Amino acid sequence: METNWIGCWALFVKEVRRFYSVAVQTVFAPVVSSLLYLLIFGQVIDTKIEVFSGLSYSQFLIPGLVMMTILQNAFSNTSSSLIQSKMHGNLTFVMLSPISPLEFYLAFVGASIIRGLAVGLGVLVVGIVGFDIAWESPLWILLFAVLSAAIMGGVGMTAGILSDKYDHLAAFQNFIIIPLTFLSGVFYSIHALPAFWQVFSHFNPFFYMVDGFRYGFFAQSDVSIYLSLGVTTLFFLGITAINLILLYKGVKIRN
Amino acid sequence: MSAPAVSFQAVKKQYGSLEALKGVSFDVRPGSFFGLLGPNGAGKSTLINSMAGLVKPTSGKILVNGHDVNTDYRQARRYLGVVPQELISDPFFTLRELLDIQSGYFGLRSREQRMWISELLERLALTDKANAVTNELSGGMKRRVLIAMALVHRPQVLVLDEPTAGVDVDLRRTLWEFTKELHKKGHTIILTTHYLEEAEALCEEVAIVKGGELKALEATSDLLSRHNYRYLRVVLESLAGFEKEKLSPELKERFIEQDANGLMFKLEKNVPLNQMLSWLSQSHLSVKDLTSRDATLEEVFLDLTGEA
Ligand SMILES: Nc1ncnc2c1ncn2[C@@H]1O[C@H](COP(=O)(O)OP(=O)(O)O)[C@@H](O)[C@H]1O
Ligand SMILES: [Mg+2]
Repeated sequence: METNWIGCWALFVKEVRRFYSVAVQTVFAPVVSSLLYLLIFGQVIDTKIEVFSGLSYSQFLIPGLVMMTILQNAFSNTSSSLIQSKMHGNLTFVMLSPISPLEFYLAFVGASIIRGLAVGLGVLVVGIVGFDIAWESPLWILLFAVLSAAIMGGVGMTAGILSDKYDHLAAFQNFIIIPLTFLSGVFYSIHALPAFWQVFSHFNPFFYMVDGFRYGFFAQSDVSIYLSLGVTTLFFLGITAINLILLYKGVKIRN
Repeated sequence: MSAPAVSFQAVKKQYGSLEALKGVSFDVRPGSFFGLLGPNGAGKSTLINSMAGLVKPTSGKILVNGHDVNTDYRQARRYLGVVPQELISDPFFTLRELLDIQSGYFGLRSREQRMWISELLERLALTDKANAVTNELSGGMKRRVLIAMALVHRPQVLVLDEPTAGVDVDLRRTLWEFTKELHKKGHTIILTTHYLEEAEALCEEVAIVKGGELKALEATSDLLSRHNYRYLRVVLESLAGFEKEKLSPELKERFIEQDANGLMFKLEKNVPLNQMLSWLSQSHLSVKDLTSRDATLEEVFLDLTGEA
């Protein structure tokens, strides 16, 4: 089967350069707003709660915040790039080129992984410097970071493909992405929740991403790391399949 | 016998209940300068976008140089350069960056390619805008940017969807020259246009579509000569007191319009001019001068599409 990896790479580099060219908005601003969460929640609540044994609340919070930042920015990168390309019409340039649906998917998701990791790293560095965060197993950390960014890059792609205007995208973000991230255990261990919400949390795929990621830092988690890995991988495969189907069928973008 | 540059085979496109293309079939000969004409909403853009892979036809098949645009899209797209009707811009990249990026999509990253980009910029008078961000450019410049983007991979077939709509006269001339030059070099050019004099001046062959159907397809000169009418302008000694109602029945049915000092008639080619003169004198009109000309593409077009 013919491939066009140079084309795929060119699209990936273009997507990275796109967010980099407005890095104040796409990297710096999200780092700052995550640090605000850390400042506010960390300072106010720090002394009152011990979520995991031997950890301060701020220490517990940091990996969750990093993950939340990764998720939101990976989503934002593909979705806003696609909707802007549709608005300005320049998605047509890609559509006219010999880039396959798979190559298109890999390039966009690849770029959103870079964006997610860049922003996540910004938050993490502050966390490490300021709050003495351990990292028990960097491989788990990296694996969950990349996998989760890829998933949200993929979700952002689906949203970007299906949305006709910014309003649709904003609805997607406000009614699905933000609630699911806030309810994923970023700010608390789900064991602190009433039984109903504990059960509910287990149906939230973001919960497994946050929990697995946190395990990499503390070697402690709410559920087994392998369960988290399994669920996250499944979710990744699912969203990949959805996007490839949309792209092969040309839904909305080649209609 | 080489494969047609483009072959449309029973192409249908349904938008909800609207049948935008009702099974269109025709071939475009390699190396030809081909005009695709039709009134607004005829389906020209739908046809072109189907060929470009921007629209998926409901049924039918399109081959570009023998490559199916659906199953063998990579090859088909390498042969095709498409200038879409809608203007496009990108707020993130300069013109030269965009051309570089587009080259990358086609797997082209050599030094020659960068030289080709410079040449394109030069040729389209965009060199001094090479470092400008495209959404800050004027409409005419954006049009030229689209042409440069379409040519970045040196496609054999260049397709221009109404490239001169809303463009000033100067630029229109420049674009004509440029496309003629590409045609001379052996490129197949497919042009849709509103301006029929443009098609008449440039296109060797024209297809006329209306309501999603092919109405005519032939060499421009054949189409014009096969057309059954000529146009006759009669200048009278005096137009004072002229009324259409006073014309003889034969003249009345051939009358088109009255201008400042003459009358325009549309006459079948098999009607001799003598006959016309005798009708005129029967109607008591004294003829000062008379000029006859063949139909323009515009008039043929109006006849075929019933837009008159
Ligand atoms: N995306 C679309 N959705 C619905 N109808 C469309 C769409 N694109 C074109 N049409 C309709 O299809 C017909 C042909 O349009 P088009 O190919 O743009 O015509 P032309 O280019 O000849 O002016 C028109 O009636 C137009 O309204
Ligand atoms: Mg059109």
